[in-house]
Amino acid sequence: MTTFAFTVNGKPANVEADADTPLLWVIREHLKLTGTKFGCGAGLCGACTVHVDGKAVRSCQTQMSEVTGKKITTIEGLSHNSSHPLQKAWVAEQVPQCGYCQSGQIMQAASLLAKTKSPTREQIVEHMNGNICRCGTYPRIVRAIERASKEG
Amino acid sequence: MTAHINRESATAMDRRGFVKTAAGLTFAFALGGGLNGRFAEAFAADTSTLNAWITIGTDGTVVLLCPTAEMGQGVITTLPLILAEELDADWSKVKTEFAPAIPPLYGNPHPFFNGAQVTAGSTSVPGYWHSLRVAGAQARRVLIDNVAAKWKVPAAELTTDNGHVVHAKSKRKIGYGDVVKFATVPKDPPKIGNADLKKPSQFKLLGRADIGRVDVPLKVNGSAKYGIDVDVPGMLYATVREAPAEGAKAQVANADDVGKMKGIAAVIPLPFGVAVIGTSVEATQAGRDALKVTWDMSASPAKDFDSDKAMEAYAKLGQDRKTPARTAYKVGEVWDVLPGTKVVEANYTSEFCYHAQLEPMNAVASVAEDGKSAEIWTGSQFGALIAFIVSGILKTPPDKILVHQYYLGGGYGRRIAPDIGIQAVILASIVKKPVKLLLTRPDDLAAARPRPMSYHVLKAGIDGNHDVLGWYHRLVAENVSALAAPPSYEGSGGDDLIGWRGLDQACYDIPHVLAEGVRANNGMRVWPWRGIGAGYNKFAAEAFLDEVAAAAGKDPLALRLELTKYNPRANAILKAVAEMSEYSKKRPGHGMGIAFSDYHGTYTAGVAEVSVDRSSGKITVHNYWVAADPGIVLQPNHVHGQLESAVVFGLSAALLEQLAFKDGAAQASNFNDYPVLRMADIPPIHTKVIATDNAPTGIGEVGVPAVAPAIANAVAQLTGKRLRHMPMTPERVKAALA
Repeated sequence: MTTFAFTVNGKPANVEADADTPLLWVIREHLKLTGTKFGCGAGLCGACTVHVDGKAVRSCQTQMSEVTGKKITTIEGLSHNSSHPLQKAWVAEQVPQCGYCQSGQIMQAASLLAKTKSPTREQIVEHMNGNICRCGTYPRIVRAIERASKEG
Repeated sequence: MTAHINRESATAMDRRGFVKTAAGLTFAFALGGGLNGRFAEAFAADTSTLNAWITIGTDGTVVLLCPTAEMGQGVITTLPLILAEELDADWSKVKTEFAPAIPPLYGNPHPFFNGAQVTAGSTSVPGYWHSLRVAGAQARRVLIDNVAAKWKVPAAELTTDNGHVVHAKSKRKIGYGDVVKFATVPKDPPKIGNADLKKPSQFKLLGRADIGRVDVPLKVNGSAKYGIDVDVPGMLYATVREAPAEGAKAQVANADDVGKMKGIAAVIPLPFGVAVIGTSVEATQAGRDALKVTWDMSASPAKDFDSDKAMEAYAKLGQDRKTPARTAYKVGEVWDVLPGTKVVEANYTSEFCYHAQLEPMNAVASVAEDGKSAEIWTGSQFGALIAFIVSGILKTPPDKILVHQYYLGGGYGRRIAPDIGIQAVILASIVKKPVKLLLTRPDDLAAARPRPMSYHVLKAGIDGNHDVLGWYHRLVAENVSALAAPPSYEGSGGDDLIGWRGLDQACYDIPHVLAEGVRANNGMRVWPWRGIGAGYNKFAAEAFLDEVAAAAGKDPLALRLELTKYNPRANAILKAVAEMSEYSKKRPGHGMGIAFSDYHGTYTAGVAEVSVDRSSGKITVHNYWVAADPGIVLQPNHVHGQLESAVVFGLSAALLEQLAFKDGAAQASNFNDYPVLRMADIPPIHTKVIATDNAPTGIGEVGVPAVAPAIANAVAQLTGKRLRHMPMTPERVKAALA
């Protein structure tokens, strides 16, 4: 066991864990931030997407040894009061159905808008294609990202 | 978002009645009265224990219960919205909660379930619609009567508006919360007839596109709670290396070594798999990965099951007229009329499909020290079944089993199965501590409860007038109801109401129709899947109908319009989708295909525009149009969303999804070898909703069934080749084109 020091949603965190523990379980079970979801454990579905130093990563494929000193942002820390343009757009477009993938979808989309303010539809699809929505809300996800890029 | 249990305060109530408490006024009633069979007997002790469907607080807050599971289909909003509409409640003051699993109180009156409290088959809205409207109207009437007595005015002079009782004459109004402060409750609930209910034109809440779903805000900031998010003090973590089939016995070569791994408390081989129990998810998953397990399949009925070989056996069962079959639907005498007609014949097949719900199966369970009561925290489509089975295991009444309902991270039928809730209880009773059981994705696949593989024999007879005179459809598949709904299966003598859905031709004017089901019985664990039997039966029937049209020299749309000429709603929906898609307009290099579905009473039709890459065999869907008539439209924006998403689901099944089995075990372990449709593969989807004044029917699944046949029909129009095997993978398309 090692103590890892990093920042989660702007607050310092010190967590005792093995170096190869997936960040996902530290976020969910140690820190009780359950908005980040477990879907496949293999980097195939995107449900566990969080930001590490602003970059969208799959937390199930990120080991604790990689996060020392890094700034982690989860869905809970994306904004206060769901005020991020994407969250507002997600509500306006009534995107979520079961909702399980949506934290990951929003975090993935947020990393796109952070570097590309007005993405084309092709850029959106390319950036989002790793995130599965089994319910099938893809059309609304695209519309919400387009709305956020306009209204953000 | 746990279930709200209030057993004590409600014990002395009649089957339907009001209770005044310090906190306000509650209205409770029992819906599941028609339930037959063993579920009713098991829960009989509960019928005196009434829970409040409606609670009006003195602060004006209204708490409304939702009896069924929320898995994205919208019921946590829609069902309370129905109550609120007739109650004339202020929607901004309404809170919704899940009802506990008590079927006599909260069971679905829909004839498909006969009072079982299960979330399936797009039946929540049609099943609860009338009862909830009446209940809302009764509660409203009680409020009015109380104000009439207080103000000494005739009740007929009082109206309600947005959570207030209003007396226009004296320009007085009073909020429901204030009424509750002085209200007395009647001995008998007021009588409400159909004439007392609102007409759709009077709706203030239902039918509004601006009323969003109550769970959406919770699902954009991570605060919605799913079963996987439950945390119970003192709990241990568990995962199970799931047995690939019923009766498979685990032989673990290194149980002791894994038991010594860091964070592992126990490795326990059980009939359903090998449980790894420990102090963290990561420890149990590492332990699970380290297990060396071989499966002794000798006692498993599924041990020899290979998908390819089984399909050959299904074909034999299908082709041999002497195979015992049960009648699913019959009008006229098809065998008498076929000999005098031009007979068209074809066989269709489909593969097992996995639910691929993104939240892997999980449950938290805690068993009391004396072993006579238990709590389960999970997202389930059938919590009452978990309670019923667990009560049998613990030899205790079902009301000692409390199932706390959470949001479902996808259900699609998978969470009807009680398996994981039961496994969690067994583990908790072994280790004497609360246990959080969470499957890995590979185990979720090993424990798949797939949509059945199917083989279809179709025959149609065309008479001298080029009309379809006779229709025969034989389905060979494992019986879903036998596993997922034993009371229905046994009560009917062996019918499969789930897997046979979509075999009938009730909307088509065909004088002689016979549809029948042959049960293949190889011990496969088949279960309902979004769209149930209609998913494969409509693929076969609606694609075959285009073959019939070609043989009769008719246009596929023209034939369908002809067959629905006595069914105005079906006819209108076909015309609507044809018009919006400009179905008859030629697109160079593209094919257009149409299909119709009447799944669970909602009329839907779809049109697919496709092209085919002849070298790779890949089908590209360029556009998909869907039109639906679900009767009265309760949440228009949501209905469009459901249709759109069902089309995505249908595209995935039509083009990609197949779960192959070998030696009884699923041959996929994650989304790399069980791909589902991703964003890049989604065409523009165009939806049209036609509202009619008919009682509302379901919407969650109805967009699925028409997708696959519409695609097959489009490919046939484009290439002249008929695809009869779902999914329509590039390999199969190439083979068909060769």
